[in-house]
Amino acid sequence: MAALGPYASFIVTSYGLVTAVVALLIVWIFLDYRQQTARLRELEASGIVRRSGRSAAEI
Amino acid sequence: MSLIDLANPTKFLALTARVLPWLAGATVILLLIGLYQSAMAPDDYQQGATVKIMFIHVPNAWLSMFVWGIMSIASLGTLVWRHPLADVAAKAAAPIGAAFTFLALVTGSLWGRPMWGTYWEWDARLTSVLILFLMYLGLIALWRAVEDPSRAARAAAVLTLVGAINIPIIKFSVDWWNTLHQPASVIRMGGPTLDNAFLIPLLIMAIAFSLLFITLHLAAMRNEILRRRVRSLQMMQANQQRAA
Repeated sequence: MAALGPYASFIVTSYGLVTAVVALLIVWIFLDYRQQTARLRELEASGIVRRSGRSAAEI
Repeated sequence: MSLIDLANPTKFLALTARVLPWLAGATVILLLIGLYQSAMAPDDYQQGATVKIMFIHVPNAWLSMFVWGIMSIASLGTLVWRHPLADVAAKAAAPIGAAFTFLALVTGSLWGRPMWGTYWEWDARLTSVLILFLMYLGLIALWRAVEDPSRAARAAAVLTLVGAINIPIIKFSVDWWNTLHQPASVIRMGGPTLDNAFLIPLLIMAIAFSLLFITLHLAAMRNEILRRRVRSLQMMQANQQRAA
């Protein structure tokens, strides 16, 4: 911190904030993917089939 | 796989599953190299160590405009060619673009306080970027407000293309008006004015953040395709229940 000079708190806060927001984006996209695939599996389990006849959860 | 094949969401999902791990790996490697280079960059003779904020502020600022550009091209795809993935691409990009714009605003503010003596100034560059951020939020709200995806797609595409007028205003605001924000120092006539000690880490970080965007965008597009698949299957289920 001392090597960053008198404005170290501004630099550290900037990098910390970017890390936090990018991490939030990654977690949000990952959780959304899990939610959508879980819904597709539920629909498939209830007997709903795509018009093509392929599995609903197939990627 | 030809380009036209990518119009098929199932083929697009297959491609995404293949390329995402490689893109994510390349992004992590480039980010680590960029962060190391940024940490090793010398202090600026005027700004001292605060110049390190530039290595994250500038890539986020570039991407805030680049993502809107991608959304504008996708909007043309929705309105002119009715490409099935165009609206998916635009909708998936909006929250990521909003996040980059938010980071550009906040890191710029944190850089401005020690350098300019203020967190915020209502000058042309800062205000036009704030308007861009509000436009991202407006678009996200629009997509959420309209239930029918095709109606939402057309309205969002028109709004995106109208909002694209703001991009050259942001880019040239520092030339057209007297602003507190410094003029362009990388993408300008006559070449960059930055020394290589700053330019190289900045370019590595810019490429790393661009790869990060592509990775997140493809993953978010995959989610949006799956969400639409869920919606159509739920409608089929509702129709079957009604018929029974």
